[in-house]
Amino acid sequence: MMKKILILAYTVAIAATAFASDTTRVKSSSTGVATRDEAPITLPQGFKSVVVTSGLGKARHIVVAANGDVFVKLEKLKEGKGIMRLHDANGDGKADEITGFGNYVGTGITIKNGYLYASSNDDVYRYKINEKTGTVDIASEEKIVTGLVNKNQHNSKSLALDNEGNIYVNIGAPSNCCQVQDRVKGSPGQDPCPILEQAGGIWQFKADKTNQSYAEGVRYATGLRNVVGLDWNTEVNQLYAMQHGRDMLFQFYPELFNQKEGAENPAEELFRLPKGADCGWPYCYYDNDKKQQLLNPEYGGDRQKVDRCADKVKSIAQFPGHLAPNALLFYTGNQFPAKYKNGAFIAFHGSWNRAPEPQAGFFVVFVPFKDGMPSGKWEVFADGFSGFTSSASTGKAKYRPCGLAQGPDGSLYISDDNNGTIWKVSYSK
Amino acid sequence: MKKVIPATIIFIIASAFAMQQPAGLKAAIARGKTVYEATCLACHQPDGSGVPNMNPPLVKTKWVLGDKKALTKIILKGLQGGEIEIDGDKFHNPMPPMESTLTDQEIADVLTYVRNSFGNKASMVTVAEVKALRAKLK
Ligand code: HEC
Repeated sequence: MMKKILILAYTVAIAATAFASDTTRVKSSSTGVATRDEAPITLPQGFKSVVVTSGLGKARHIVVAANGDVFVKLEKLKEGKGIMRLHDANGDGKADEITGFGNYVGTGITIKNGYLYASSNDDVYRYKINEKTGTVDIASEEKIVTGLVNKNQHNSKSLALDNEGNIYVNIGAPSNCCQVQDRVKGSPGQDPCPILEQAGGIWQFKADKTNQSYAEGVRYATGLRNVVGLDWNTEVNQLYAMQHGRDMLFQFYPELFNQKEGAENPAEELFRLPKGADCGWPYCYYDNDKKQQLLNPEYGGDRQKVDRCADKVKSIAQFPGHLAPNALLFYTGNQFPAKYKNGAFIAFHGSWNRAPEPQAGFFVVFVPFKDGMPSGKWEVFADGFSGFTSSASTGKAKYRPCGLAQGPDGSLYISDDNNGTIWKVSYSK
Repeated sequence: MKKVIPATIIFIIASAFAMQQPAGLKAAIARGKTVYEATCLACHQPDGSGVPNMNPPLVKTKWVLGDKKALTKIILKGLQGGEIEIDGDKFHNPMPPMESTLTDQEIADVLTYVRNSFGNKASMVTVAEVKALRAKLK
């Protein structure tokens, strides 16, 4: 009986919390289905998906070459390879030839001006690629950036390039909130936070110079705890990033955050990043209930004080807590309906720090944009990845969305790093 | 006749133990559950299944079921992240040291709870054991 009530409460809580800020949620999101025996993902009316391949393992970020070949960066080597190339020979969307290269694990991968860029958790590499054929010259491998902070926590290095020959690399802070003792209840925040010197921000390097490290790079934006979703918006020529907000507000400060507030806070935030931006971590967090950037309790915050957060860069969109945004992509294609043009797709990996409240996320959302700023509420675009019908632990999720890429024909690709499934999503009237 | 005496003694000791242990065990598990929910659940999850790539499961691992000293040391001193490997997978989060936040009693209770939950079955961890180890590691 008690269990039933709890499950019911959880279900209500999921519905109420995950979509609280989502008034435009697509109601009938069950038209598109993936082929094969894979659990179908749900999509808005008119969209359909095909499973490009599955079983790649920890498939992190993805990129599609001009010929349609999909390149996948793996966080765990598959048959000794860390980058997979998926080639569709007959145009049915499914991969017919899968080959691999690169013997390092990592997350970031992208293509720009005839080069394929990929990151390990310490370094950035590049290779010459013939985009017409998808052929990569593996022998041309160059290490362009090296020796970045990698202390396990928040160590993935996402990549984005601008049109002026610069590459942007996120360097996540190996910390939750820069406490003297990380994640120990009661340990105070370090002030100033020394981590920010070499991490907790986005660094800019030259795309064509080898062996650059901190001395050759520029700290382009700071005060970002951990960014995995990073993209350059070519419409307004600016960098955008999705921050993973801090953990443990309920566990460490039950007098300020009840269990539900701890699950909903802080916001996962979308930032537009001019050079020199300071987004506030570890001193500040965005309170989803107060709708404001406030001082973190480790630095004397009480859910009222703004203090030094007054002059930090503010996010341009906020999402429920702990959903883990792992990919950001500005859609520039012409295949999807007009409202998607220049808007942002965000892949949420799914939460863990919402427990014992139900976990949430495990979906791809869309944020409409106009002139580089959100022009409406976010809505769920692709869902059904977790396979959950009621509250369950994160580890039970079937798929976890992690990467996004746009194909040459305007299709959207989604990767999952649980099983290594890649979907191709397309639209037809 | 000679053989009966030791057998009887063993029987008495064994039955006294059997009667006493589950009682103490039950109470320790109940107290340990409260500690688990407040300090461990966020990372290791309500069912002990952990979080892929982030926090390891506590279900029948060699650390949970194995040497009690090694297990207690993990709780007291924590881990850096990347130190535990299960089926070729490592975990990105650190395990925070609990020596400044949990008492010997709480550590004994939470470990007794973990060793007897999530499908695990193993002996209790006592306050004396935690106390001795804490002193040794000082
Ligand atoms: C901040 C998240 C976090 C919290 C809170 C936490 N742990 Fe851990 N725990 C971890 C991580 C991460 C590891 C693995 C670290 C590594 O590999 O270096 C770990 C490892 C362990 C291990 C050994 C590996 C295994 O899975 O058997 C045990 C046992 C354990 N934790 C028990 C506990 C108990 C009991 C508590 C509460 C008193 C607790 N942990 C609190 C994150 C956490």
